[in-house]
This record gives sequence, C-alpha cells and structure tokens, in this order.
Amino acid sequence: MRLSRPFRITLGVITTVILVVVYVPLLVVLVNSFSTSTSLTWPPPGFTLEWWGKAFQSAGALDAVGTSIVVALVATAVSLVLGTLISLALQRFEFFGREAISLLVILPIALPGIITGIALNNFFRTIMGVPLSIWTVVIAHATFCIVTVFNNVIARLRRLGLNLEEASADLGAGVWTTFRLVTFPQLRSALLAGGLLAFALSFDEIIVTTFTAGSGVTTLPIFILNNMFRPNQAPIVSVIAVVLVLVSIIPIYIAQRLSGEEQRR
Amino acid sequence: MTTNTRVTAPAPARPSVPRPRRTPARAASVFLSTHPRTRLALLLSAPLFWLGIVYIVALVLLLVTAFWSVDSFTGDITTEFTLDNIIEVLTGSLYQTVTVRTVGVALAVTLIDVALALPIAFFMAKVATPRMRRVLLIMVLTPLWASYLVKAYAWRSVLSQDGILEWLVAPFGGETIGYGLPATIITLSYLWLPYVILPIYAGLERVPDSLLEASSDLGGRTWPTLRHVVFPLVLPAIIAGTIFSFSLSLGDYITVNIVGGASQMLGNLVYTNVGAANNLPLASAIALIPIVIIFGYLFLVRRTGALDNL
Repeated sequence: MRLSRPFRITLGVITTVILVVVYVPLLVVLVNSFSTSTSLTWPPPGFTLEWWGKAFQSAGALDAVGTSIVVALVATAVSLVLGTLISLALQRFEFFGREAISLLVILPIALPGIITGIALNNFFRTIMGVPLSIWTVVIAHATFCIVTVFNNVIARLRRLGLNLEEASADLGAGVWTTFRLVTFPQLRSALLAGGLLAFALSFDEIIVTTFTAGSGVTTLPIFILNNMFRPNQAPIVSVIAVVLVLVSIIPIYIAQRLSGEEQRR
Repeated sequence: MTTNTRVTAPAPARPSVPRPRRTPARAASVFLSTHPRTRLALLLSAPLFWLGIVYIVALVLLLVTAFWSVDSFTGDITTEFTLDNIIEVLTGSLYQTVTVRTVGVALAVTLIDVALALPIAFFMAKVATPRMRRVLLIMVLTPLWASYLVKAYAWRSVLSQDGILEWLVAPFGGETIGYGLPATIITLSYLWLPYVILPIYAGLERVPDSLLEASSDLGGRTWPTLRHVVFPLVLPAIIAGTIFSFSLSLGDYITVNIVGGASQMLGNLVYTNVGAANNLPLASAIALIPIVIIFGYLFLVRRTGALDNL
C-alpha cells in the first residue's frame, strides 16, 4: 500500500503521544501506591510498602472482590446462554421484528447506565416490591452483558455458514447432536471471548450497580468509590487499582491468543 | 437450517448404517427440524422473556412513574396521573442549564475521542506490522480493563493542586486546570477512548488494502484517498464509536463527582432525586431527557448501518 512516508510518520508520532498520555495517569497511580503521602502529592515525598501489606489484609477489600466475582460469574453464565440463543435466532432466521430484537439487545449498553440503573431500581422497588440484593445486581448485569456475547457469537455464525451443519444433518445427526458436535465446537472460542468481555464489563460496572445493589452488597467498584475520598484508604485504592490492571493482562492475553489462532486458520 | 431436498427414489437399504433408535430426544429433534418456526420460537422465548420483562417493562414503567408524584408528608409514591414533573423539568431553568451543559460535554467528549481515535486506529489497521499491531491492540485494551473508577481517580490525582500536572507546568509559569468542566471533559474522553478506537479499528481492518492500492494506482494521493475511499467506508464504524462516547457521557455522574468540582450533569440530578431527595417520579422525569436525546441520535444514525458495528 502506498501511503506517503510523512503521513505514516505523523501517524506513528500521534499514536505514540496518545499512548503515552493514556499510560501516564496509570503510572501515577502505580507510583502513588508506594507513596508515603496519603493526599496524592507529586512528586511522592517517600516510598513505602505499607499500603500493599494493608490492602492484602483489608477484609473489606477481599470481601468486595469475592462479591464482584460471584456477581460477574453468574451474570456471565446467564448472558452466555441468552446471548447464544438470541444470536442463533437472529442469524439463522428471517422473521418480522428481527431488526427490533437486534436493537433491543444493544439498548442496555446504548442507553446511559443511569437510565438502566434507575429503570431497574424503580422496577424492583416501586413496582415489584422486591428488596434490592445481590441478585438484583446479577439480573441487571446479565441484561447489559448479553450484548457482548451476542456480538461475538453472531459474528462467528455469519462466518461459519451452514455447510457443516447441513452435512451433519444429511449424515443423520439430529438437532442436538449437530449442535453438540458441530456448532458448539466452532462457537467455543467466540463464547470464550464474549464471556471474558461480559465478565470484565460486570466486574467493573459501577453506575447500574449503585442503583440495584442492596445495602449490604459491596462489589469492588462500590468499595473503591466508598474508600476513594478517605485519606487513609486512598493509597489502598491505588494498590487495588494496580493489582486490577496487572490481573487484567491475563484475559487480554487469552483473547489475543484466540484471535491469533483464528487468523492462522 | 436444513435444506428441504427430498430424495425422490428410496435409497437401497444399507445394513451398515443402523436406523436411529426412537427416543424422545430423537422425536423432538425430528419435530424441530421439520418445524423451523417452533425452533425459532424456542430460541427466542428465553432471551425475549428476559429482555422484555426485565428491560422493556422496566423502561416503560420508568416512563409511567414520571407521571406520578410523591406525597410530601409520607414520602410514598402516589399513583395518580400528573404532569407536574414533566412541566417542572421542561420549564425549570436548572434543568435547561444542566441539559445544555450535559449535551455540550457529551459532544465535546465525542469530538475529542473521534479526533484521537482516527489516527491511532488507522495506524494500527493500515500502517503497523502484524506484530506491532498486536502490541498496540494490547496497549489500547489494557486501560479498558483497568477499573473505570481507578482511571477517574488517576485523573483526580494528576489534576490535583500538588499533582503531576502542576509539577510539570509550574516551571513554565503554568498551573493545573484544577477540577471543573474541562477536567470532566478530559477524564470522560480518556475513559471512553478505547471504546471509540475499537469499532473504528475494526471498521478500518475491513477496508481491503487493495482499495487503497487501486486508489493510489489511479493517482489518488494520501488525503483524497482517505477522504473519498476510506472515510465513507468507515463512517458507520465511526458513528458506532460515537454512540458509546456520547451515550456514556450523557449519563455519567460519577466522574463529575470525582473531578467535576461544583458543576452538575443530568446524571447528578437523577442520582440526588433517587437517593437523598427520594423523589423517584421527578428522577424518572429527568431521566427522560437523556432517553429522548439518545433515541433521537439512534434514530438519526439508524440508516447508516452503525448499529451493526457496535
């Protein structure tokens, strides 16, 4: 491809600058997690490991991580099932209302979180009379996680076509056998990618969570928000932040491996 | 799923292939493969039940709640039809100011993000080597996985009075911009940037290199090629990205709390009325503003195919 050389260099420079600016705030957080100052002073007056020790002993933080994992796992499981069903329906069938349904799936993330949050808060509390709990959070999270699974699976289905499934049916396999032995194995990596995204989306969600969590339910984002402005807790928040970024490299690596394998195929 | 090709002559019996046993699962399978509508109904029932009951009903009820009111003595919700909330939201100067401010912030954030995302996405998709591309993709994705709150908090510390920005510009006589609307715009642009880069990158990747080559073979220089070949092809992807940044900014209230100083956005008004003021009907009425704006936007961009790029 023939793009002019100055153009390519300019793009490279812009990209580098943007990425540097993207990472500076994260580095500041990393440094702050070792700083002796509790009030975000730059440059740090001194360095300590105190916050790292405290963070790993903080019962509140560990509980919050546990709650977040439970919520994210259940929400991901629900959205995997619903997302797969809906993408099979929309990709394999032509029917009245198909466009409306595909809009319905993206609506929970296309609308601002506060709308989803207040709508569900109103629905649970005022209309249904259900007290808010961890399960209302799960329901809310699953609703907006469906779309990530849906996007991944429907893209895969589009590419797969029907040949293999038809071959399977011609060879006498029933609907279930075809799904189990032909369709599902081909969807597996798309499901993993969609599931990872759904998990991450749920794990990090704060706005819908504030509106749907019962009073005793503290997910990790809620814990972070509650502790961010407390002077003695702020450095612990920085530690949690650094750990989260480091841990997040694992799913990114898996997702990259998956897409890399597909390109080679 | 199956094509309905019927074998006209019965195939000669082949003893090596046993007839499938008649089990209920087999019977159901046979029924389903001859009744595609039933198959469709079964596929759709669970997700539609979930999205319909949980989401659509909740949204419609939110609309209904906006026409109710709160008894000022008991704090209970009175389910009598009233237009008071709607009228207050439409005519109150507070709501007009905040709506204009919120839409302004959302537009500014969207413009900044698109301006930043286009060069970086183009570099990733069309200039970088495959190896470089993978590294860049990881670099763009990693901040996406860092917690939303952590990033807003990071900007709080960058912009604070003894923060790194002050430290960097003080020698040149500058000072940090502090907390306020500009800080909100910067932080929100930062937060949603990966969401805008990814769809644009995916869109650019789908533009075949051969088209760029054809354009340059026909004498097209870099800019005309970008303007007349690339841009129209990635426009739906760009709009898909703007849906994210626009909609996410429109409803945000947490970033504003963290770096926004005293300025309020629509989200803050909704939040105070749900929580402290305990006035769900008024909160619902305020929430209708972003709903109407977003639906208007989705309606405008519907024909561009942007929704398929989300």
